Amino acid sequence: MGEARPIRVLLAKIGLDGHDRGLRVVARILRDAGIEVVFAGLRQTPEMVAAAAMQEDVDVVGVSMHNGAHLTIAPAVIEALRTTGRPIPLVVGGIVPDADLPAMQEAGVAAILGPGASNEEVEATVRRAARSGAEGPEPADQHGG
Amino acid sequence: MTKRDEWEASYARSPLRAGPFETMSGIPLEGVYGPDEAEFPGRWPYTRGPYASMYRSRLWTMRQFAGFGTAEDTNRRFKDLLEAGGSGLSTAFDMPTLLGRDSDDPLAKGEVGRAGVAIDTQVDMETLFDGISLGSVSTSMTINSAAAVIMAMYIGVADKTAVERAALSGTIQNDILKEYQAQKEYVFPPRPSVRLVADLIRFAAAELPRWHPVSISGYHIREAGSTATQELAFTLANGFAYVEAALRSGLGIDEFGPRLSFFFNAHIDFFEEIAKYRAARRIWARWMRDRYGARDPRSLQLRFHTQTAGVSLTAQQPEVNLARVAIEALAGVLGGTQSLHTDAYDEALALPTDRAARLALRTQQVIAEETGVAQVADPLGGSWYVESLTDELEKRAEAIFSHLEETGSGSMLDGVVACIDDGWFCREIADAAYEFQSKLAAGQWILVGVNGYTEGDDRHPPTLYIDPKVEATQLARLAEVKQGRENDEVRRSLARLRAEAADPTINLMPALIEAAACHVTVGEAMSTLEGVFGTWLEPSFV
Repeated sequence: MGEARPIRVLLAKIGLDGHDRGLRVVARILRDAGIEVVFAGLRQTPEMVAAAAMQEDVDVVGVSMHNGAHLTIAPAVIEALRTTGRPIPLVVGGIVPDADLPAMQEAGVAAILGPGASNEEVEATVRRAARSGAEGPEPADQHGG
Repeated sequence: MTKRDEWEASYARSPLRAGPFETMSGIPLEGVYGPDEAEFPGRWPYTRGPYASMYRSRLWTMRQFAGFGTAEDTNRRFKDLLEAGGSGLSTAFDMPTLLGRDSDDPLAKGEVGRAGVAIDTQVDMETLFDGISLGSVSTSMTINSAAAVIMAMYIGVADKTAVERAALSGTIQNDILKEYQAQKEYVFPPRPSVRLVADLIRFAAAELPRWHPVSISGYHIREAGSTATQELAFTLANGFAYVEAALRSGLGIDEFGPRLSFFFNAHIDFFEEIAKYRAARRIWARWMRDRYGARDPRSLQLRFHTQTAGVSLTAQQPEVNLARVAIEALAGVLGGTQSLHTDAYDEALALPTDRAARLALRTQQVIAEETGVAQVADPLGGSWYVESLTDELEKRAEAIFSHLEETGSGSMLDGVVACIDDGWFCREIADAAYEFQSKLAAGQWILVGVNGYTEGDDRHPPTLYIDPKVEATQLARLAEVKQGRENDEVRRSLARLRAEAADPTINLMPALIEAAACHVTVGEAMSTLEGVFGTWLEPSFV
């Protein structure tokens, strides 16, 4: 199944949390794997991310969270993406406690990349999310956490 | 008189803890070991420690960082830690407070009380320290962008509870430069931010003789992915920058030099970490004396807090983190730290539970009471390996200082700000982080439970649950405080703050203390300053 064009991913941090080490490392892992990265960076809102995702025509949105606000922010991003008319899959990276996983799945998060995820897991998760976006949703899965 | 004689004289003047100082089998121990003309602790160039008697006089302060939920929640954790034998308090604020936003700010949604305690007004600060006398406990507050605003509230609590300002003892992080480089909790552009740091340094020099108005921090630089060398060099460079800012504001070097303090990471590469602390002390002493003309020995003595490396903790097989933390803490102690926070083993999963936080404190107590390592100062001094690593780290740090100084045409302050402006620090740190990740990917660095030894129990322990009601509780309290305050006073104090912010020769602390007293919120004070100072956006790069 050849790709018409490389997968494009938008990477962002939502809200006030400035811990961007993970996001920056993921950006380089994906770039090295031939995936196009649009780096929105810090202090984004769900609406800014949705607008940028449309404008840049990305296949996947990745947000990184280390602030414990994922249960508020992830559904808000999904809702903002939905209102654009093209629901782009959302991958969440960072620290998400086990107890919150069902709620994240219910909210429609495509996948979660926890601490310690390998380069292969990062790439495979994004490629899988991109496919699910093209072909319709699959159940959420979790790697490395 | 030999160097040992000089050390003996200082040692003889130091009060000592109860002994005996001996090994388990009864061999009596000297306070330090080395030839008569070696370097000695408490003596120039302070490589071996700031004090002659080190832990024989006083153990390091066991200072566990805590903060979550409302001020009441954190107040309860503070009292638990004090009862369990902790010797100082350390406050973690939530993200909105750190960024100077109120709990009812739209950008605060979902973050109130999540990663630390929510503080909106001085009323919350009074609750946070309720039942704890500010004159008899030493408090550390980890906050940077909004440091001056929070410090004003803390002073307000002291004023209100009739504790003399001069009796306040503790530290406020107030290190904004590393925020642009690593942790990214900035609001204003670098120059006005540095002015606020200098204002607090000046205020402390005049009114808070036992307070550390800045804790120059490598911790976050390291957590963001730097190497030990970069942590050492960037941190000390930031220190030189603050020194130059305070000198430019008219202070004499020895008026504030003794109150500067540092904060380093304790990562897992044991000997390199120890060498890093030793190199830091020697470099600081030399620059303070030779470059900035300090004469007071206390200005030359680098004193530091240490925290074990959060970034070294794994979510996989989390109990293994107990071993990592113990080893890292030991490096901090052998490196001569003045205070120490040990991470809890569950921190790669969530904020620590009570049980995990207590185990972390117990780890320090084992090192202090059982291992015997606190009896002899700088026990690794003279090791060919450790001395050679110390020299090498110093050499590499000096090469980085040269780059910064050249960029700043001879000024470290200007060099550091210029390298923030063009994203140099961020790129250097991101490169190092990616290099480490590549080593993990290639199997050149093994992380137990992550890319090696992965079989075994990977179940996660129960983690701290933060009640989502925290946000609603805090919003109700904020509304109540706003309802009950004198709006004319609020308007007047904000007008004063705005006017004084526009004049860089005025120290902003008195205006902030006045504002705090009439229950101006953190967000109101910060947005008033932002109106004058402007907002910072970081240069873009991947």
